[in-house]
Amino acid sequence: MDMYAENILDHFQHPRHKGAIITPTIELEDANPLCGDKLKLALQIDSTNPKNPVIKDIGFEGSGCAISQAAMSMIAEELYGKNLLDAENITKETIYEMLGVPLSTARVKCALLSYSLLKKALILLKHQ
Amino acid sequence: MFDPKTIQQDFPILAREFDGRRLVYLDNASTSQKPKSVIDALTKYYTQHNANIHRAVYTLAEEATLAYEGTREEVRKFINAKQLEEIIFTRNTTESINLVAYTWGTENIHAGDTIIVSTLEHHSNLVPWQQLAKKTGATLKVIPFSDDPEKAYTLDLEWFRKNVDSSLKLLAITQASNTTGTIVPVKEFIDIAHAHGAVTLIDAAQSASHMPIDVQYLDTDFLAFSSHKMLGPTGVGVLYGKQSILEKMPPFLFGGDMIREVHQYESTWNDLPWKFEAGTPNIADVVAFREALRYLKKLGLDNVLAHDQELVAYTKSRLAKIPQVVVHAPRDTKQMTGIVSFELSNLSVPGLSVHPHDIAEIFNSEGVAIRGGHHCAQPLMEKLKISSTARMSFYIYNTKEDVDAAIDAIKKVLETFHVN
Repeated sequence: MDMYAENILDHFQHPRHKGAIITPTIELEDANPLCGDKLKLALQIDSTNPKNPVIKDIGFEGSGCAISQAAMSMIAEELYGKNLLDAENITKETIYEMLGVPLSTARVKCALLSYSLLKKALILLKHQ
Repeated sequence: MFDPKTIQQDFPILAREFDGRRLVYLDNASTSQKPKSVIDALTKYYTQHNANIHRAVYTLAEEATLAYEGTREEVRKFINAKQLEEIIFTRNTTESINLVAYTWGTENIHAGDTIIVSTLEHHSNLVPWQQLAKKTGATLKVIPFSDDPEKAYTLDLEWFRKNVDSSLKLLAITQASNTTGTIVPVKEFIDIAHAHGAVTLIDAAQSASHMPIDVQYLDTDFLAFSSHKMLGPTGVGVLYGKQSILEKMPPFLFGGDMIREVHQYESTWNDLPWKFEAGTPNIADVVAFREALRYLKKLGLDNVLAHDQELVAYTKSRLAKIPQVVVHAPRDTKQMTGIVSFELSNLSVPGLSVHPHDIAEIFNSEGVAIRGGHHCAQPLMEKLKISSTARMSFYIYNTKEDVDAAIDAIKKVLETFHVN
């Protein structure tokens, strides 16, 4: 099956939520040293209701292969305006399902760069 | 000249198919495929001659020792070294270079000294020197590319001439780049370094497999290369060193086989080259490496280079007709081995190019194996202001049909990514 399905190319060539956001609550970056994929993720959290913080804004910057960039764009689209709990519930399988194409072992790292970045952000948020 | 189609018959792996497509293997700078004679030599060693070497008196051990030392003689002839003592077996080029850094380097590099490398280095001929410089307080300098557009992607010999002085203790440069394919005229650099009393090390990982090497003519003090890029097994590297320098160097690893006498509190070292071969070496792979050297010698290294350059010239001419392709290579194909690095850029949307990993992925779906990445040359990528390239690298069994398959794959990439 084709790894470069239209939805992946669409997210790669027209990324959602790409660019800086105003007053990010948290901002961090990561890279895949094997292929040079780079991602920087920023989240603005609205904690008006401390029991149910909301992702008010999400933005990312980055460069790299279509898989790494498309996965990040899909996560951003999925989580914009959602609760932090929704972000917690995202698993590796969620990413594979969103991408919807078979990935070789070598490409799993590309696909999960955005995922690991998101998870790191959530851990840091807890300690803030 | 040889016929690559005939050569293909000697490489069992080239008969493999992927989804009904024949394998087009264009990642030879990474590792080469192995001819049947090398694979057979491995099997024969384990089925007929396996024993530990240099010690036991029984016939089997004698056979194993002779076979192992036979490869050393084959290597000596291959690079025209004066003495057998000058050929040391290691695991790979990286280990050969580290051996020099840890032994000669720690004894001879001090604060205030200079080490010079080039902008073309693979990490394995940069990081050992970078770290040695940090540890000792020596200065690391880098020979840049020439500014002359005619000489793009070649090293600036004039810069070296101007920047070399008596503080230079070591010149460590590659003979052929694994990324741009540039052949470095190392002899000219070595002569200048020697005139200033420096020691020289040549990284021949990409050259030993593609061109004739004569260490006596080059007059280099050290030269390092790997078996697996030149038809031989993985796990075997060679370090050539001038006997006079090797004799003064302390051992690298301590243990069995590298000793002469061991007392409870004192030891003395074995003669060259075994002083630098501690423990049971990679006997079987060294033995099989001999067949690889024989195979290459039969073809003739001049012919191998001519074949590389013919394919590179053909590749460049075909790529030149695709406007989205940016090639990172010297203009003069005569200054190249069989490597062509390129990028694909979107002419209508500047900045949005196809990442080399995606290029390599689509090549794979067309049965063509290439490499996308920084090729362990990150400082070079920084200089070129790119993150990575897609790289085709050729060897003796590759044909113009293989290049055609690669060109078709590029067209598929452009089509998939709607790049125009």
